[in-house]
Amino acid sequence: MATRTIQYETVVETVERLCIESCYELPDDVLKALKSAADRETDERAKKILGQLIENASLAQQERIPLCQDTGLTVVFVEQGADVTISVPDDDPKLCITDAINEGVAKGYENGLLRKSIVAEPLNERTNTKTNTPAVIHYSIVPGDKLKITVMAKGGGCENKSRFKMFNPTDTKQTVSNWIIDVVRQAGANACPPFIIGVGLGGNFETACLISKKALLRNIDDHNPVQFYAEMETELLEKINDLNVGPQGFGGNTTALAVKIETAPCHIASLPVAVNIECHSHRHKSQIL
Amino acid sequence: MSNVIRVNTPLSDDVVLSLRAGDEVLVSGVIYTGRDQAHKRLCELLDAGKVLPIDLTGQVIYFVGPTPAAPGRVIGAAGPTTSSRMDAFSPKLIAAGLKGMIGKGYRGDEVRDALKEYKAVHLAATGGAGALLSKCIVASKIVAYADLGTEAIRKLVVTDFPCVAAYDAYGGSVY
Repeated sequence: MATRTIQYETVVETVERLCIESCYELPDDVLKALKSAADRETDERAKKILGQLIENASLAQQERIPLCQDTGLTVVFVEQGADVTISVPDDDPKLCITDAINEGVAKGYENGLLRKSIVAEPLNERTNTKTNTPAVIHYSIVPGDKLKITVMAKGGGCENKSRFKMFNPTDTKQTVSNWIIDVVRQAGANACPPFIIGVGLGGNFETACLISKKALLRNIDDHNPVQFYAEMETELLEKINDLNVGPQGFGGNTTALAVKIETAPCHIASLPVAVNIECHSHRHKSQIL
Repeated sequence: MSNVIRVNTPLSDDVVLSLRAGDEVLVSGVIYTGRDQAHKRLCELLDAGKVLPIDLTGQVIYFVGPTPAAPGRVIGAAGPTTSSRMDAFSPKLIAAGLKGMIGKGYRGDEVRDALKEYKAVHLAATGGAGALLSKCIVASKIVAYADLGTEAIRKLVVTDFPCVAAYDAYGGSVY
């Protein structure tokens, strides 16, 4: 098959646009979930908070104010078709797609008036890079000649409450579920409920965490295609919403809007479980080139 | 339904003591922004017995790092950040005169004790409503630690800034 070439600049411009749009426009499925939660909510204060979040989304879009001041660490998922190559600028042949993505993030955060929240190293100087780069980029090579880029602006507050644990392979669905529910309870008000909960089951140490984040990218209304895990998603969501954490932790039956489980094969000795907590300001957007 | 109480800053003991956990509070007047690094610096100055760049007496600190202001606007999105990260610092600032804080989420026992001892209050604003809350901010000016960028201390003027009294001066909590 012939190779398809995508221009370096096209990648830069796409990432820039995705960064800006994701921080100003709440995805339709999330907005719809907030609205139906507000209709269902029985707690008066919880209803009011959900109303504020819906109003915030419309204000952000209409008046061009970012949805949230924490415009996140930029996580980029790239699915690159095996038949796609990225052209590089003539004047700098050493550049590659990673540079294009980071250039797009830097432009998006500058031109979109987004907050730059990345420090160059974690424990010593913590100097802000002033570009919101480097992005965290996850690549996968897939068949075909398309390039799919997904940008997620992941807030720090909810990321801080995400957890990982190694279970025994003989542990049960109930044991794992109880721990997941406890992670959500402990996140509580600090992580900006109502949440979207990404769960990664299986894989190894890093895969469980990665698929727990990928789980967040699914449509809020869908279910895991495997009935066992689809039922587990539904059961977890019910139990989480029985915690009475509620929007902002003030109580109510809207603690999470959705639970998404992704799975991966794993070692006979292992049952890795990761919970990636996402706040209600669930900002992500994709483009297929 | 809970009470709605309008308060003006700076906060007096009487105003602080009139607030009970769960009350809806609309804050007007000057408030200061400050988050992790500004708190660390303020406490380092207090530890060294030095003068702070702002007088905290009766003041309110809002835990926020706003997005840049668009041309012609006062500020960008400006919602609260997680309060618990300031738990190690807040008691010291409360002892130095701070009367109120605005953030999101839980506070530790050390803060709750300080609220009781010094008659101060912790308010919660809606996390993730940064666009909506920015509409209540009518003025913004950096007054200290400009090098911290979004984490600089800003003097804000707010009108009817919507909060919930999360932890009151009596040991009460909305959570």
